[in-house]
Amino acid sequence: MFDLFARVFGREDASKEVAKERLRLVLVHDRSSLSPQALESLKNDLLQVISQYLDIDDQGFRVDFSRHEDAMALVANIPIKKKVSRNL
Amino acid sequence: MGEAIVITSGKGGVGKTTTTANIGAALAQAGQRVALIDADIGLRNLDVVMGLENRIVYDLVDVVEGFAKLKHALIKDKRFENLYLLPAAQTRDKTAVSPDQMRALVGEMKQEFDFVLIDCPAGIEQGFKNAVAGSDKAIVVATPEVSSVRDADRIIGLLEAEEKHHPSLIVNRIRPSMVKKGDMMDIDDMIEILAIDLLGVVPDDEFIVVSTNRGEPAVLNQQSKAGEAYRLISRRLLGENVPLMKLEEEGQGLLGRLRKMMGIKG
Ligand SMILES: Nc1ncnc2c1ncn2[C@@H]1O[C@H](COP(=O)(O)OP(=O)(O)O)[C@@H](O)[C@H]1O
Ligand SMILES: [Mg+2]
Repeated sequence: MFDLFARVFGREDASKEVAKERLRLVLVHDRSSLSPQALESLKNDLLQVISQYLDIDDQGFRVDFSRHEDAMALVANIPIKKKVSRNL
Repeated sequence: MGEAIVITSGKGGVGKTTTTANIGAALAQAGQRVALIDADIGLRNLDVVMGLENRIVYDLVDVVEGFAKLKHALIKDKRFENLYLLPAAQTRDKTAVSPDQMRALVGEMKQEFDFVLIDCPAGIEQGFKNAVAGSDKAIVVATPEVSSVRDADRIIGLLEAEEKHHPSLIVNRIRPSMVKKGDMMDIDDMIEILAIDLLGVVPDDEFIVVSTNRGEPAVLNQQSKAGEAYRLISRRLLGENVPLMKLEEEGQGLLGRLRKMMGIKG
């Protein structure tokens, strides 16, 4: 029963989610061949530039390198804060 | 003119040798002329997995150095007469051959065989470079674990930099019951991360141990799930459009599922 319960509500501690998150972080470094410091400053610079225009949630800010066919792409996920005023 | 395929992974112990032996036997079973090359110089293993260890006279390094003729070094399989093994040297190391020499050797073997399968050593150094040099295609084997996927990613990056090998993925040692519980990455997770074509999925199967004990590839056994998976993979390599193997938990069926839902064991 617990099994079913867990499945319906989604187990947050499912270890595969932990594995995927850890892989994501490791692969960012492996694929970019940037040092952790360089990557950190890339993130900070990105954050700084974009914050000039938008209100960013820097908790959810993510940078990934993903493979597309034979090229590598820099993919940034930049959540914008809900409270951003809309020009109605 | 045949096709040369390297079976590689980066990480050791994920199933390269098992995969080479089983795909080789399945292709031979399907009537193809197949040669297996053990490129793991210094750590030869494919001979014992195939059960051919007692027949070795010459090895890959003997051939490359011109000490033996290829046809004298190739060992004929016990079960299929169109299946051969070129064993690795055991007392030498990876530097005993060069990528150019491998390219020439594999090129020569492609004249005589439909498939030349190359069992790659672990790592990304010279042994890897040698194994990849003569191959037209690459199969990357990975298990659903962080370290294995990470190493596979590195290997895929290296292969794609050469724009030649069109790597495809075999996910080995999947355990459906763990996937179901969320405690093992599934095929979709791995494909999403690695962004390459999926060639096949092989379940974790106790029979693989039995089969290595005996020196008989699992594809020879009709009961083995892993054997079935390797037969399907071989048909895909032959261009047939067969679906991936359906992986089910042990004790499937309505009753089994009900039991599981209620938490009853047995
Ligand atoms: N699908 C499988 N199910 C169970 N055991 C497996 C499976 N694939 C490989 N193994 C076992 O894992 C170990 C490593 O396999 P091997 O083919 O020698 O890996 P590699 O050549 O990559 O080092 C061996 O003991 C083998 O029997
Ligand atoms: Mg091996």
